[in-house]
Amino acid sequence: MTTLSLGSARAGVELRQFWRERDAVVFTFALPVVLLTLLGSLFSGVYPGSPVTSAQYLVPSMIAAGVASTTFVNLGIGIATDRDDGTLKRLRGLPTPPLAYLIGKILLVAVVTAAEVLMLLLIGVLLFDLPLPSSLSRWLTFGWVFVLGVVACSLLGVACSALARSARSAAAVMNLPYVVLSFLSGIYYTPVGALPDWVIRIGSVFPLKWMAQGFRSAFLPDSILPQEVVRSWEHGRTALVLAAWCIGGLVLCLTMFRWRGRQTN
Amino acid sequence: MTDDAVRVRGLRKSYRDTVAVDGLDLTIAHGEVRALLGPNGAGKTSTVEILEGHRPRDGGDVSVLGVDPAHAGVAWRREIGIVLQSTADGAELTVAELIAHVARYFPRPRGLAETLELVGLTDKRDSRIRKLSGGQRRRLDVGLGIVGRPRLLFLDEPTTGFDPVARRQFWSTVRGLDTTVLLTTHYLEEAEALADRVTVIADGRVVAEGTPDTLGARDVATVVWRDGREQTADPAAVVARLSAAYGGQVPGLSVVRPSLEDVYLDLIGGSR
Repeated sequence: MTTLSLGSARAGVELRQFWRERDAVVFTFALPVVLLTLLGSLFSGVYPGSPVTSAQYLVPSMIAAGVASTTFVNLGIGIATDRDDGTLKRLRGLPTPPLAYLIGKILLVAVVTAAEVLMLLLIGVLLFDLPLPSSLSRWLTFGWVFVLGVVACSLLGVACSALARSARSAAAVMNLPYVVLSFLSGIYYTPVGALPDWVIRIGSVFPLKWMAQGFRSAFLPDSILPQEVVRSWEHGRTALVLAAWCIGGLVLCLTMFRWRGRQTN
Repeated sequence: MTDDAVRVRGLRKSYRDTVAVDGLDLTIAHGEVRALLGPNGAGKTSTVEILEGHRPRDGGDVSVLGVDPAHAGVAWRREIGIVLQSTADGAELTVAELIAHVARYFPRPRGLAETLELVGLTDKRDSRIRKLSGGQRRRLDVGLGIVGRPRLLFLDEPTTGFDPVARRQFWSTVRGLDTTVLLTTHYLEEAEALADRVTVIADGRVVAEGTPDTLGARDVATVVWRDGREQTADPAAVVARLSAAYGGQVPGLSVVRPSLEDVYLDLIGGSR
């Protein structure tokens, strides 16, 4: 068996377990979908000077939060659980390179994240009349923000899996920073420009704010810019911050990641 | 390198200031079922984890299937089966799914039906693993340990927490395997039921080794009668002699052999 085929076998097992684990599906997959539907239906109104409704403004931000959930939260809980329930210990005793495990996780995240984005887009288009990106360059923007966001959040999730002592505590350990950052990044609060200054300042340190802003730049017309923090999509800065988190995430992964639990010496 | 499945000389392992394994020697022949007995903290699990390649050692020579586990790779792992002490992985998968998945790692695995049959889980093949009882889960773990047709199987305290019926079922599963087995256990009946040879360790060292019925001079019986007592390896001869001397009935006759438990407690007590 090659590493690649073992990796895809791992992905099959990972996906089956993910969809059968009700907690995982509800919290990491369904929650952003439910929140978008609820918040989008609650908010009403059109931003002055633009055709954008509050619900439409919310969709790209929620896509960013959904991506953070299926990457950061999902991987953090998943790996902590694998460490706690003996999955990693079993794999270390089997004739397999560790890379196969990683490939399995990457494929899991890819499939679940793609499904999440599709669900959120579908809701945005069907319920809230969100127009899809109108030009190739906007789709390209969506593409690079997506790739950088997924990589950064995944690496951070892998690193933070080390913080959880057990599978039980992992959900709390991963969801707290996720929910707090969602607020600080202006996901649930529209428009972002109306957030208090200190919130924006903290949120701007982390990748979620920039991923959300990048997605808004792909979906929303430039006429919405007065509602943003600054009157520009700041693509250069977005790329820079996200890329910095990719590198920082990799460094954190390499220093923090543990195959074993803390209890076993 | 050697003809033995396992060959350990002078194995040492310490954690901070505690010495877990202190100059342990162990030789296991191919095809043998060996039990490693010892109290908690005797160094059983450390030893087994070093042999499995899961833990580095501080000193000594170790060869498992002719290879040093500290430097062993994927090819060596194909020859080894490991049944871990306690597991809960794959809870959402079915029994058949997890066995089939683990089988994929090996070049010529046992068939699914054969593996299920060997561990007595044929009627549970489509059950979710989280719904299995403790004994069934343990038998699944053995199934996962043997699905790759290992030449050497590690069983680390496999029946802890079993009821007596489940334990007996488990024993007959292990007896049905045709592979070298290294078994650690707290249970003396288990060692007696399964092992060809028993190694008793205490404080990280081997204190006795032998077959279950000769361990620690267990083959020496004590013949007691009204007028005396005698230790012998052949109690029948002593009784026959006494019987002739007394002309039939020997007054107050009893023949006592130490149980494995007596011998074991004596051995580990002596090292304390």
